Amino acid sequence: MKNSPLFLARAVYRRRRLRDAARLLPLVGLLLILLPGLGSEEGSNAFDAVYLFVVWIVLILTAALIAPGLSQSETEDDTALPPEDET
Amino acid sequence: MPFNLLVLSCVLYVIFLFSVAFVVERRATQGRLGFLRSPMIYTLSLSIYCTAWTFYGAVGYAARSGIEYLTIYLGPTLVFVGWWLVLRKLVRIGRQQRVTSIADLISSRFGKSNLLGVVVTLIAVIAATPYIALQLQSMTLSFSVFAQDTPGGWIGQGREDIALWVAAGLALFTIIFGTRKLDAKEQHHGIVTAIAVEAVVKLVALLAVGIFVVWGVGGGVLSVIDKIAAMDSPGWELKHDRWFGLIVLSAAAVISLPRMFQVMVVENIDESHLARASWAFPLYMFAMSLFILPIAVVGLERMPADANPDMLVLTLPLAEGQGALAMLVFLGGFSSATSMVIVETIALATMISNNVVMPIWLRLRPAAAFSGDLRAGVLLTRRLAIGGVLALGYLYYRNSGGSEALAAIGLIAFAGMAQFLPALLGGIFWRGGTKVGALAGLLTGSVIWAYTLFLPSFGEGAVIPAQVFSDGLLGFSWLRPRALFGTDGMDPLVHSVFWSLALNAIAFALGSVLTFPDPVERIQGVAFVNAFDREAQAERLGWSHGQAEPEALLSLAQRILGEEALTFFEAQAKAQGKEGFLPDLTPEFLAEAERRLAGSVGAATAHAMISQLFGRATVTVEDLMAVANETAQIMEYSAKLEAKQEELTITARQLREVNEKLTQLSVQKDAFLSQISHELRTPMTSIRAFSEILTEGDLPPEMVGDSGRIIHTEAVRLTRLLDDLLDLSVLENGTVQLNLDLAHLGGMLDRAVQAAAQTRPDRAFEIVRDAASEEIHLLTDPDRLVQVFINLISNARKYCDADPGVLRVVVRQKAGRINVDFIDNGKGIPKESQRIIFEKFARLTDQTRAGGAGLGLAIVREIMTNLGGSISYLPGQRGAAFRVTLPLRLEKPGQGKPL
Repeated sequence: MKNSPLFLARAVYRRRRLRDAARLLPLVGLLLILLPGLGSEEGSNAFDAVYLFVVWIVLILTAALIAPGLSQSETEDDTALPPEDET
Repeated sequence: MPFNLLVLSCVLYVIFLFSVAFVVERRATQGRLGFLRSPMIYTLSLSIYCTAWTFYGAVGYAARSGIEYLTIYLGPTLVFVGWWLVLRKLVRIGRQQRVTSIADLISSRFGKSNLLGVVVTLIAVIAATPYIALQLQSMTLSFSVFAQDTPGGWIGQGREDIALWVAAGLALFTIIFGTRKLDAKEQHHGIVTAIAVEAVVKLVALLAVGIFVVWGVGGGVLSVIDKIAAMDSPGWELKHDRWFGLIVLSAAAVISLPRMFQVMVVENIDESHLARASWAFPLYMFAMSLFILPIAVVGLERMPADANPDMLVLTLPLAEGQGALAMLVFLGGFSSATSMVIVETIALATMISNNVVMPIWLRLRPAAAFSGDLRAGVLLTRRLAIGGVLALGYLYYRNSGGSEALAAIGLIAFAGMAQFLPALLGGIFWRGGTKVGALAGLLTGSVIWAYTLFLPSFGEGAVIPAQVFSDGLLGFSWLRPRALFGTDGMDPLVHSVFWSLALNAIAFALGSVLTFPDPVERIQGVAFVNAFDREAQAERLGWSHGQAEPEALLSLAQRILGEEALTFFEAQAKAQGKEGFLPDLTPEFLAEAERRLAGSVGAATAHAMISQLFGRATVTVEDLMAVANETAQIMEYSAKLEAKQEELTITARQLREVNEKLTQLSVQKDAFLSQISHELRTPMTSIRAFSEILTEGDLPPEMVGDSGRIIHTEAVRLTRLLDDLLDLSVLENGTVQLNLDLAHLGGMLDRAVQAAAQTRPDRAFEIVRDAASEEIHLLTDPDRLVQVFINLISNARKYCDADPGVLRVVVRQKAGRINVDFIDNGKGIPKESQRIIFEKFARLTDQTRAGGAGLGLAIVREIMTNLGGSISYLPGQRGAAFRVTLPLRLEKPGQGKPL
């Protein structure tokens, strides 16, 4: 196994945290989207609909903010990455 | 609207799509794709997720169940904004392995297994059939909506005929564009672009209706929201189990639907497009579903109660007298249906030809790999498959009555396709997944899906007898199709999804854990799971030195790749530094060739073809053993190197230490030589001086006496010095004669203390002893041992700088040996000097030299060696401490050689 350095350059560090954010995003989204399903079955459809569309667009915007950083980083320091998803 | 005009506009629209596809294909062959390679086209092509089901069905769904329709788009949204987790890897693997379909991916991952490819293809065809039927149904419905206005006309012709014409037309279009040529990488730029155009059409159509409904009819946003809030239809309440279940289901479906896999993975030109699509495609779905609920609510409000909710998008503008808008909507729906059917049938046809027909054909006629143009065969298979798939869809449509709600059919298809998910995700994230596990999971899941959802969808009593619904299969009540294991409280769809996916995953995991993968599976497993690890990719399964000639391979490749094969071979030959078209058959070249072929006919087929050429179907045990041996040798070698290095380090350290000691000793020796000459010279000088005085005569007698005494003392000193030197050399040479005797340890210590008392008799010095522990009789040379003790005690008296000095003598007996420790309370000996104090000529201080010449401890050490014991410095005792160790009984009396 290659020895990866303990401390990373600031830019690389940021990029890795960006990846963490990208991994977390769907989970946060799932939580927010499941919320109406946890409320009362008699809940207001109009309110739920507006809420869901707002959550939806926020998810899209967040993804749009994160995506450019992710795709740019992929070619640059892929080699420095520890092998992912090691089983 | 006249029916003929409708048909005409459809035909014109199709011709328009044709020309788009055609122009793009032309540009693609010329290599001038330009903006057509942009992420936007990729994103728009993903929109085939939104089929006629979305276009017409979603409004019907919303009219029936409120906001539940959103689940179908929220699930995929989560998958896409989380692209970094799954989709990225899927696309990377798809490109690395030149995957041609989802069946190809699964079969390739689990050891290029033909059987798995067949099973996946079968499930995909079965699950896609209702979905294709759904498209036919929605198109037929939309035709009939327009037909209602037509006086007389074609109503008598019946819906089935329309569906038949639509199916035939679609088959033709798909065949013409989907199977025009056999691509090295199963990509259809023309079709993808046409789909992107259709995506724009359907989005614009739906947005137009939405805007018309909200601002034209509904009275603005707030008013529509009020209407939604006021809506109190039965079935509109949010059902928790369905909410959760459908989000999971649609998320699973977007990954495993064959058509989604086709556009997302197979047609992907550039991995970075996925990053853009990760938010742009959810945005597209957002826009598509934004106006669904308003259209449904306004439609329910304004249309008669018996209006088909699935056709509200179309009937609402018609009822409001907006003919042009209705026409746009019609084309939008037409686009949705055609694009879905085209891509789905292409995907399924690829699977059928690559994973079912070709392998079987090659198995039946192995010689076929060497003769004839395979391309024609593959293309013919695909064309037939496209026709067959559409025919199946048409039959399903006819037999299911075509009256069900669109959404229900779509969800059945989703649930069927979702069965690929465990094998797919397990395959790309878990190296332990095996062929048997994947097969077990797929079969379990699809059987449960068929039994609990697909077959019941034909109606109770249609395929499964009604009695089974009430009493269970074979009378087992826990086998009722809608209440497996007694879970009758669940929604039927959620029930089916839950049990099929859960048992599917369990079967996959169990099957994988319990079985052992074959070598190809393991190699593929590593290549898939470590898709981002470049080193792992280098070790992909390769062909080593084959028996075949390059010509044979070239002719095979030509039959599949056509002209491109020559280009490829030439490039490879050039890369190897050869002229012409025939590169050497290096493993790298063969692996690359296999991947190229796999791009056209699928991994399993390509593997089988090259196997036939090279006369071996899989990796042989010998190959694996050779690889394993090589690896083992390398590992052993590096381990050896490591050990050697360690050894060298240790030796170097030892050498360095010895060297240091030698240098130090040499310095000391020089010092001693000057010392000893000084020591010898001082008495000699006085002896010479006084003897000169004596020879002069005429001296008073007392002066003669004094001089004589001085001469005598100095002579004694000289003698002692020479004695010491002699003693040492005798001891060192091992030529000393030992006089063994039984002696009492306490007595010997008494003698030593007494004798040592003469050293610096003036100073206050206390010796602490424990008489009881000294009650030991030793067989040794008592005189020599006493000499050692005297030396140690007088050293303490000489050098211990504490006042008063205290010396503790501690005796311990242990396993036939005796330890006598001499510990004083002085400063001790500095660490750096501890190593050399036993060397000859070593002297630590010059101040208190009381006659010694630095030989005392050296002599002591030699004596102890001769007595079969040792002396060492005990560090960490506060003061200077020496441990004398000697045996209780000295064996071999007189071991020293006689003189």
